[in-house]
Formats: sequence, structure tokens, C-alpha cells
Amino acid sequence: MRIAVLCSRIRAEEKLLFAELEKRGLDYTRIDDREQVFDLHRHDFPYDVVLERCIQHSRAVYMLKIFGDAGIPTVNTYEVATTCGDKFLTTQALIHANIPTPRCLLAFTPETALQAIEELGYPAVLKPVVGSWGRMVSKVNDRDAAEAILEHRDVLGSYQHGIYYVQEYIPKPGRDIRSFVVGDECICAIYRASEHWITNTARGGHASNCPVTPELADISIRAAKAVGGGVVAIDVFETTDGQLMINEVNYTMEFRNSIDTTGVNIPGRIIDYVVSVARQ
Amino acid sequence: MNVTCPECSAEFDIPADTMTGEIVSCPECGAELEVVDLDPPTLALAPEVEEDWGE
Repeated sequence: MRIAVLCSRIRAEEKLLFAELEKRGLDYTRIDDREQVFDLHRHDFPYDVVLERCIQHSRAVYMLKIFGDAGIPTVNTYEVATTCGDKFLTTQALIHANIPTPRCLLAFTPETALQAIEELGYPAVLKPVVGSWGRMVSKVNDRDAAEAILEHRDVLGSYQHGIYYVQEYIPKPGRDIRSFVVGDECICAIYRASEHWITNTARGGHASNCPVTPELADISIRAAKAVGGGVVAIDVFETTDGQLMINEVNYTMEFRNSIDTTGVNIPGRIIDYVVSVARQ
Repeated sequence: MNVTCPECSAEFDIPADTMTGEIVSCPECGAELEVVDLDPPTLALAPEVEEDWGE
């Protein structure tokens, strides 16, 4: 079997995935996006499956499109990466699959963004549609903060900062949940606890095991299917009345803090899945 | 493997199983460095995080 791994920077996750490939005696080719020139007229790539592990979203989606259009199964697909890489598209997919998600408004000017924030009420959460690790996610506590952030984004931001994604703030019990879905199964989950309202482990959130209840498994699998399925990590909020709702879905998931925490060999499960979708 | 920090010239060791593309921190100046070659082991300043980086 010929496996290609798309990557650039090698994080702990990529090393763990390479180790699992080697443990199974599977050959693989590393494709560093920084070294490639793609001839778009070519479609005879010598791979049976492509595993995407890029750190850079824009490159990931383009390469997944190239390999997918050449008939090579990819983990994840171009469609999944496109949807998950854009918070608007993710939310849209969740809403249309009737999956609980925080109320969300979209606006295109600072003036209508302020209107959207005030419609949701303070605090509200303003996020860039593309981005990760909680970067530039703002909890807007009052009108003064809203006006300041909107002016900064208008003046300093790239064109994507002219898309104002405004989300209802969900009070969390000092933690949220990250669940991991591989194929049709929710394989494990962690709590991410933090005194800060941003709980990403990349931002210092502390990981501990979260039991996969039938309710958590159900909403996680439904969320994964809503964005197209595959190997995804899902950010889940618990509301004060005990309901679960989906915040975001990640398509190149990081899991270094979740293997020992859950006791589940996440990279092993990912490689098993990659092998299962390879063309025969 | 012994390497030299391109930022502050400090010499330090990186693990034998290090791969190209990995990021290491200089123990002296704290710079984030990418392993760009293993033969010989060579470091370069790692690129700054860009807006569309993530998981």
C-alpha cells in the first residue's frame, strides 16, 4: 500500500502517526507542502491513500482537492477540510443537520456586526471565520469593547476580518469537552479545564478523561457526519441545564494531550482508518 | 546530535530520533527553530505562526 502524508512542520502528532505507520510495516511518503510544485494537468499520483496533516489550512484544502480529484481517497476529504476550516461553513452544516450549536449571526460591516452583537446581548463572542487555537477569538463584554474590536478589525484586518461571525456566549462550567470521532465511532473524549474562558489545550487548558456517554457519542457522531465524516475532533459545550451543543469541528486534529489521558491509542486508530479507506 | 542556534550561536543537543520539520527551542535564547537538515544537523529560525495555521 502506498501512503502519502501531507505535512510541513512535524508536531508531536505527526511523529506519533509516523511511529504507528512504521509499527505496522507500512511504507509512507512525506509530502512537504513547502517543497511542492503541482502540475494541475497531472493526475497519476502513485498513492493509494493520502493522510493530510498540514498545519496550514489553505494549503491543505488545495492539496486535498488535487489528490481527491485524481481519484485518491484522502483523510480527510477536501469537502470536510473546507467545511471545518471555516467556522461559518461548519455552523451552517450543523444547523442544517439539526445539531444543537450556539446561536450565531453573520454580518459584513462593523455597523451591522455591532447590531448583531447587541441582538445576541453581552457578552458575545466574535471570531474570525478562519483560524485555530483560539487565536483572535474575542469575548465582547460591552459596547465599548465591541466598538474597539470592530474598529481594529476594520482597519487592521485582512479581507476575511470583514466577515463578522458573532456567536452567543455559552457560560461553561470551567471546562468544555473535546471528543474524537474516527469513522463511525466516537473513540474517546477529554475535558479541557481552564480558569480562562478559552479552554484550548494549546492555550493552557488542562486535559482530563471524559467518559463517552451515549449522548456524547451520539451528538459527536452526528456532528462528524454533518461536516462530511472521517477523522475529526469536536469541541462540545455543556450548558447549565445539562445539554450538549457543538461549538466547532477540527479536521487535522491535535491529540498529544489525549492519549495518556484517555488510554486510547488515537494515532493507531487514525492509521487503521486510513488503511481502511485506501483504494484496493 | 549537536546543533548550533542560528539566533544566538549556542550549541546544544537534540534527540537522536529528531526528524526534519520538527521544531526545537534553543535552551539559551528560547528561539523556536526548525530542523531543516539531519546530515549535518542544521537549524533555521521557525516561521512565525500565520493566520490560517491550526488543527
